[in-house]
Amino acid sequence: MNHDVIIAGAGVTGSMIARELSKYNLSVCVLEKEYDVAMGASKANSGIVHGGFDPEPDTLKAKLNVEGVEMLFEAAEMLNVPYKRNGSMVCAFCKEEEPALHELYERGIKNGVKGMKLLSGDEARAIESELSEKITLVLHVPSAGIICPYELTVASIGNAMDNGVHLRRNFEISDIKHQDNTFTVTSKKGESVSGCYFINSAGCYADVIAQLAGDCDFKIIPRAGQYLLLDKTEGGRVLHTIFQVPSIEGKGILVSPTVDGNLLTGPTAAVVDTPENKEITPEGIEQVIRLAAKSVPNVRFNQVITSFCGVRSSESGGDFIIKASEKIKGLIHAAAIDSPGLSSCVAIAKYIVDLLKNTGLDMKEKNDWNGHREDPHAFRKMNDEQKNEFIKQNPDYGKIVCRCETVSEGEIRAAIKRNPPAYDVDAVKRRTRSGMGRCQGGFCAPFVMKLISEEHGIPMEKITKKGEGSEMVIGKL
Amino acid sequence: MIEHDIVIVGAGPAGMAAAVAAYDSGVTDVVLLDREDSSGGILRQCIHNGFGLHKLGKELTGPEYAAHYQKEVAKRNIKVYNETMVTSVSPDRIVTAQNREGILKINAKAVILAMGCRERSRGALNICGTRPAGVYSAGTAQKLINCEGYNVGKRVVILGSGDIGLIMARRMSLEGAKVEAVCEIMPYSGGLTRNIVQCLEDFGIPLYLSHTVAEIHGKKRVEGVTIAQVDENRCVIEETKRYIPCDTLLLSVGLIPENELTRNADIPIDPITNGAIVDENRQTAVEGIFACGNVLQVHDLVDYVSDEAELAGMGAAAYVLGKLKPQSTVKTTPGNGVRYVLPQRVSTNKDEDIALFLRVTKPFGKVKFTVRSGENILATAVRLKAAPGEMEKIVIKADKMPLITNDITVALEEL
Repeated sequence: MNHDVIIAGAGVTGSMIARELSKYNLSVCVLEKEYDVAMGASKANSGIVHGGFDPEPDTLKAKLNVEGVEMLFEAAEMLNVPYKRNGSMVCAFCKEEEPALHELYERGIKNGVKGMKLLSGDEARAIESELSEKITLVLHVPSAGIICPYELTVASIGNAMDNGVHLRRNFEISDIKHQDNTFTVTSKKGESVSGCYFINSAGCYADVIAQLAGDCDFKIIPRAGQYLLLDKTEGGRVLHTIFQVPSIEGKGILVSPTVDGNLLTGPTAAVVDTPENKEITPEGIEQVIRLAAKSVPNVRFNQVITSFCGVRSSESGGDFIIKASEKIKGLIHAAAIDSPGLSSCVAIAKYIVDLLKNTGLDMKEKNDWNGHREDPHAFRKMNDEQKNEFIKQNPDYGKIVCRCETVSEGEIRAAIKRNPPAYDVDAVKRRTRSGMGRCQGGFCAPFVMKLISEEHGIPMEKITKKGEGSEMVIGKL
Repeated sequence: MIEHDIVIVGAGPAGMAAAVAAYDSGVTDVVLLDREDSSGGILRQCIHNGFGLHKLGKELTGPEYAAHYQKEVAKRNIKVYNETMVTSVSPDRIVTAQNREGILKINAKAVILAMGCRERSRGALNICGTRPAGVYSAGTAQKLINCEGYNVGKRVVILGSGDIGLIMARRMSLEGAKVEAVCEIMPYSGGLTRNIVQCLEDFGIPLYLSHTVAEIHGKKRVEGVTIAQVDENRCVIEETKRYIPCDTLLLSVGLIPENELTRNADIPIDPITNGAIVDENRQTAVEGIFACGNVLQVHDLVDYVSDEAELAGMGAAAYVLGKLKPQSTVKTTPGNGVRYVLPQRVSTNKDEDIALFLRVTKPFGKVKFTVRSGENILATAVRLKAAPGEMEKIVIKADKMPLITNDITVALEEL
């Protein structure tokens, strides 16, 4: 089948582009090399919706970030992805650091960020009591917020699929041919897909894909960031997302609540040899703990429930690379989407749509497009009476599988089946939070395996944690 | 809203023993709520023997020990709700639970918390490296093997020499896996001596004390681990790092009482035991709510869980029957060489023996424990050796009760 548009990469960028394109009468196919969506930077980042004071004025980053914040919150409403406008604070720890804050403030004004305020240390501590006594000046950005990046990705691709977009997982592109205005894309396993337009949103592999497509003038620099995630017992430690003034140690470590009620600290920033290098290092852990404690001294790091590492796709120019290739007609790059990529993802998608329109793609809006996604967490939001009624109709919702996060069998079965379907234990975890809590799947993993096995008809021995090669058990006794 | 005299959260060994004791103390309206599809708790996956020697005078497997109590519960017509998860307990003893039939709200005259414990996970340890499949807590692997019938790996390294880790070293060996090493970060094992002998030594499995897993390797599935010796501050000694190829890492690095319900009911928690603060009846600081078993303190033997649960069951029954009047209490505090003492409060005007349970801070040779209240000595006990892995019990005799004037301290001196 010849598609109108092929999208390489189902991170938050590719998924949001797919959702925007699903509004039109187009055949769209998303190719993802991993076993699930949101497997690169979209799975492991800070989950911050930035106010927009940070990017240099007149860059794509500045434009799309500031434009994108409201668009993102609107999309999150429609997709039922939880978010919170908790505001952020950037902290200076001494007089020498204060000019940098004034500079960020000025830059924010230029970029069009609204509502920013400079607060003295005491003023900031009056509204954020756990801030370090050493903080002297704070830039308060009320428009900033938090969102769960992988939940947003899952919801946007899921909604795109509900509106007719195709998703091919485990499709690692090994060859791209462009002939007669058609891209023929072949996977390592030998499958092939063709289409008239090709959008490169391949994250850390965007330069590799650009090369295969025949027009590459950039190089992606993979930068790894390590995080420590703390139990909900620490979730209320701060209300705002707490940043530090960029210093010689990098952009600084943040301390932030998450939408799910945990506390997130990190990231480090280190250039790595390959995007696959997602290792946690002793130095990384030490740095996160030391610098997080600099902002918020009372964080109890014995409440860490997991550590993870995400690799961002940076580029030496420092800006997003979103453009139509001049050499290959129909090739569009959405590359080097590092921070503030999450904040900008809807604006990026709309920008891509405009680029496609400019290249002459005939885009007719569907009249039956539905941008709403049913709330996967509807059950947990019900009161006891509503739950009681709901369970009587759907008994599986009465059986709790994940005790730490109180996730029911009904919610897990639904997540395994709905778009985008979940085939792995970690995929279920990202959709339902089963295994995301303090026991980290110790109790629920065997049960989740059984549910995947039942719903998809996969034998237990073939159930994986994270795709082929990560089988949970090695065979029957 | 329905009403019951005693609601017990959890039908593992603690919950079942508490139910039986409460019933036998004269309160027959007792219900057990349990999240699993049958009662027995973690015993259901402990198919090895060694249970019941103290309590029942015979050596049983976990399921057999559970079956003993299941029968006792059934004999008394005590109702067990299976696949029923308690989602909250309020300080005024309204228990909310859910199961396939709907939401259950019970107004209880007394509540006994018996939720047990969970294993500390990898995340809590900050082990460096990758996050592949093949890293299991020992209990999860035990469940997959013993209950589900699947083997989890062929070459295994175990971190932590807690009892479950030791048991699993033997279990995996019996299923044909090669257990390369058991690493213990402390200079001594927290497991029972009999388990070290029967599960490691008998199978030729090396136990490396003062060792940890510094790094996990492998992208999709574990390919190996780097183990290393640690110094007295438990920091890795770089030169001692050594790579061991394996496909599985089991973690047996400690048990954490599952006290989320307890905390949400505003019941004060002891930061050392991670369980509720209780008196000799195992009543928490919130009147009418009792706690017992591994949710109160992590035990070495299920037999002692049953003993403790009986105290809670009798206490809850006495409370329901109006026989448990608020009394003046004193605190018990750990002194030299003692990590914690349970119960944390005891009544001053009891006319029966009170047993104190405690753990020492590190391994000792011959020691003498002394229980004091001010200047008065309430009890002493001599042990040829004492270790953190083995809980100590010291009884204050009824005739010493009048000597309790101040808070009680338990301390040891080395002999």
